[in-house]
Amino acid sequence: MNKPFATVLGPSTSLSNKTGSWRTMRPEYVKMLPPCNATCPAGEDIQQWLSFSQEGRFREAWDVMVKDNPFPATMGRICYHTCEKACNRGQFDGAVNINLIERSIGDIAIANEWKFGTAPEAKKKILIIGGGPSGLSAAYFLRKLGYGVTVYESNVKLGGMMRYGVPRYRLPGDIMDAEIRRIIDLGVEVVCSKRVRSVREEICGFDAVYIAVGAYRAAKTSAEIADGANVMDAVDLFRKLEDAASSLPDFGKKVVVYGGGNTAIDAARTVLRLGAESVKIVYRRTINNLSAHETEIHDALAEGIEIMCLRTIDSVEKGKVLLSVMSYDEENDILSKTDKTDWLPADSVIFAIGQSLDEGILKEMSEISVSEQGVIEIDKNMMTGAKGIFAGGDAIMGKRTVTHAIGSGKKAAKCIDAYLQGQEPMANVKNQTATFKRLNTVYFSQDPRVDVSRLGDISFEEKDISYSDREIVAEASRCFSCGNCFHCDNCYGYCPDNAIRKHPDGSLEINLDYCKGCGICVAECPCGSMKMTLDE
Amino acid sequence: MSPLTIGNRLAKNVAVQSSSDRPNCLTSGHRACQGCGEALGARCVLDAAYVATKGKIAVVNATGCLEVFSCVYPENSWRVPWLHSLFGNAPAVAAGVAAAFRQQGKEDVRVIAQGGDGALADIGMGCLSGMFERDDDVLCVCYDNQAYMNTGVQRSGATPAFARTATTLPTGNYLGNDAQTGKNLPKIAMAHGIPYVATASVGDIRDLEKKAAKAIRIKGAKYLHVHVPCPLGWGYPTSETIKIARAAIQCGLFPLFEAEHGKIVESTPIKEPIKVEDYLRGQRRFAHLFGKNAPPEALAALQNTADNNIREYALVGGADE
Repeated sequence: MNKPFATVLGPSTSLSNKTGSWRTMRPEYVKMLPPCNATCPAGEDIQQWLSFSQEGRFREAWDVMVKDNPFPATMGRICYHTCEKACNRGQFDGAVNINLIERSIGDIAIANEWKFGTAPEAKKKILIIGGGPSGLSAAYFLRKLGYGVTVYESNVKLGGMMRYGVPRYRLPGDIMDAEIRRIIDLGVEVVCSKRVRSVREEICGFDAVYIAVGAYRAAKTSAEIADGANVMDAVDLFRKLEDAASSLPDFGKKVVVYGGGNTAIDAARTVLRLGAESVKIVYRRTINNLSAHETEIHDALAEGIEIMCLRTIDSVEKGKVLLSVMSYDEENDILSKTDKTDWLPADSVIFAIGQSLDEGILKEMSEISVSEQGVIEIDKNMMTGAKGIFAGGDAIMGKRTVTHAIGSGKKAAKCIDAYLQGQEPMANVKNQTATFKRLNTVYFSQDPRVDVSRLGDISFEEKDISYSDREIVAEASRCFSCGNCFHCDNCYGYCPDNAIRKHPDGSLEINLDYCKGCGICVAECPCGSMKMTLDE
Repeated sequence: MSPLTIGNRLAKNVAVQSSSDRPNCLTSGHRACQGCGEALGARCVLDAAYVATKGKIAVVNATGCLEVFSCVYPENSWRVPWLHSLFGNAPAVAAGVAAAFRQQGKEDVRVIAQGGDGALADIGMGCLSGMFERDDDVLCVCYDNQAYMNTGVQRSGATPAFARTATTLPTGNYLGNDAQTGKNLPKIAMAHGIPYVATASVGDIRDLEKKAAKAIRIKGAKYLHVHVPCPLGWGYPTSETIKIARAAIQCGLFPLFEAEHGKIVESTPIKEPIKVEDYLRGQRRFAHLFGKNAPPEALAALQNTADNNIREYALVGGADE
C-alpha cells in the first residue's frame, strides 16, 4: 500500500482495542424471585403470567397459571392473595391487582372452554381420599404425570371447603364446577358420596394413597349450652345450604356468630342473606386481631354486620347469650376475663371457632400418627408413617386456606411421583427475592391502584367485577417485573461503549471484550435484573 | 411496563438506541473513561442524525476529549465520514465541507460540526459565531462537560459557578469557580437568530434523539447543546452518569428547550422537581459547598439560578404559566 509521507501504519478500527481489560467489576444479568411468586402458597409464576397478560396473550398467561394451579377462576375469587401484600408496587402507588387479573383470565378460559389437553396413558394407580382443593390439585398433577387417579369424596359433590366452606356469593357454583370438570376430563375417576370408614380397607390395589380429607369436625365450645338453646356450627350450616336434600335450620331473627376468622364472617354474611334481621359477630380480641381478611371484614361491616370485640360467650340460653367482657394487654399479648358481663338477645348462636381432623378413618393404621394439635404427622416428603401413604391439605399442620391446600396437593403429587420412581423429590431451588431497593423507580410513572369493590346487593349472586380485556392489559402493565428483565433496553441504550449486544430477537448479551465495567447498565436497570460482580 | 425507558417490548415507538441494528456511529474500543457521558451523547446524536438522513452525514470534530479518545493513530472509532483539523476551527471547516457538497450538488449530505465546551465556548467561539452569522448549512453539536477534561480538568467558559477544577481549587474564602454570569452558549446561539437551537441531555435519550433528528433536516445553521456528565472531572461514581444528568434536568440547572429564530418554542417540563443540593451533593467538585464551614450563600446562589431557569423556561406547571 502506498502510504502518504511519514505514515507507517494503515488506517484501522478501534475494535482491535479490547477495552475490556480495564475492567475490575463486571455486570451480569440475573433472574430473581419476585416477591409475589415468593409468597404464593400455590407457587404460581405470577410475574410470568402478568408478562403475557401485558401483551394480551391470555391463553399463554392461563397456561402459565395452570402449570401450578388448576383453579385460576376460583382462586381469583377466594384466594387471600398474599402476593398483593408482598408486591413491590405497594411501596410505590399500590400493589398490582393480581387477584382480579387471575379471576378475569380464569373467566376467559371458562368462557372459551380451554382444556388441559390429554394426559399420558395411566400405568400406576393412586387413590386420593377427599375431593377438596388439595385432593383435586393432587389428582390434576398426578394425572398429568401419567398416573391413574381415583378420588373418593364423602359428600354428594366434589369441591370440599371450596363448596362447603365458602358461600356462593364469593364463589359461584358454575365457576367451581367448570374448573373441577376440567380436571375430571383429564381422565380422573371420581366416586362421590363414598365415606371412607378406614384407610386400611381401601388401599388394596393402589400403588400410593393421598389423604386429603380436610378438617371438618367443628371445634367444641367451652361455653355452657342450656337446654332449648339454639346453637349450630358454621360448617354444618354451609353444608346444609349446599345439599338440596337437607332443610335449613331455623336460626330466628337475631343471630350471634362467635369467632374471628373468615368462616365467622362468611357465616354472618350468609345468615344475613337468609333473612336474619340482625347479625352480630362476637370476638374475644380486638378488631386488629381478627384473622379474617380485611376486605371480608370491610364488606361485612358495610352490609350492617356488627362486630363486638373483646367479648366471650360464657353461656347460651334460649333467646339470649351471656357475654364476658375481656381485657387485652396488647404489649404482652395477654388476654384476660374481667368481672363485667353482659346479656345479649340471640335467637341462635353460630359457632365458627375452628375445625379439626376427623381421625376416624385412621383407625387400624397405627403407623400413621396424629400430633397433639390433631393433625396427621408427615415427613419432609409428605409421607405419613405408613409407606406409600401421603397426607396434605387441612389434614396436616399448616395454614388452612384453599391456596395452601392447592399448593400442598401439588407438592404431594411431586413427592408421590418421586416415591414411585424410587427417587428423592427434586429440591425447589429458589432465587433470591427481588426487594424494592433493587428497583430504579425513576422509570415508572405514578399510576395508582384502583380498588374494585366486591360488595354488591345482599344476595347469593356474585357481583360481576371481572376486568375487560383492555383492563387486564392495563392493570397487568403496572407490574414492575421485579428482578426479571422485561426488555426495556436501558442497558443496551445507555452503554457508552456499545458493550452490550442486542440480537434481532431482542435478547441481550454483554460483550466483555469492550465492557469497561462502569456500571451504568446496572444502575439504570428499572427492575433490578442486573448486578455487578467482581471480575476474576 | 414503563413508557420512560429507552425501549419497550410492547411499543412500536422506541428510541433509535434500542434498535438492534442501530448504526453505532461511534463504535467500541474507544478510549473514553468508564461511564463517559460524552461518548454516549455523541453516539446518540450521530445515530439519530444517521437514521434521519438514511446515513448521509459527514462529521467535523474539534480537538478535545471526543477527538482524543476516538482516534488514536492508526485506529479510529468512527463509522461515518469524519474529519479533524484544529481545536478552534471545527465550525469553519464544517462550513467549508458544506460549501463543497453544495458545489457538487450533494446538499442531501448533511454536515455536523461537533466538539466540547472548550472548543466551542472558548477557543472556537469566533468560528462558531461566524458560522451562525453566515447561516451555513451545518448542525453544530456541543457536548458540554463543563471543563477541559482531557488535559486535566481546567476551567472553561462553561464551568458552573463554585465548581472545583484544577485551576479553580477552593482555598480559604475562595469557593471555586467565580460566580460569574457565565457563558450561556445556547443563548448566544439564539441571539444570532439562527433557525434552530436546542438543549438536550444524556439523561433523556428520547428527547435528545428527537431534537438531533429534527435539527439535521433543517436548512441553515443549527445548534444543539448536550449536557454530558464527566465522572472523572466532576467526581462521582462511574455508574451515576445518567442519574447525575437526570438530576441536573430535574433541579432546573440544565433546562431542556427548543428555540426557532431566536425564540423559545418548546420546553420540556420537569417531571419531579428536586433541590439543587440533590444534584450537587453527589459530585466531588461541589463537596466544599457542603462542609462544616461552607457559607450557605453559594448553594443559595445556585438554587437561585435554577429557580430563574424554572421561571424563564416555564419548566414547572406547563408552558403557559
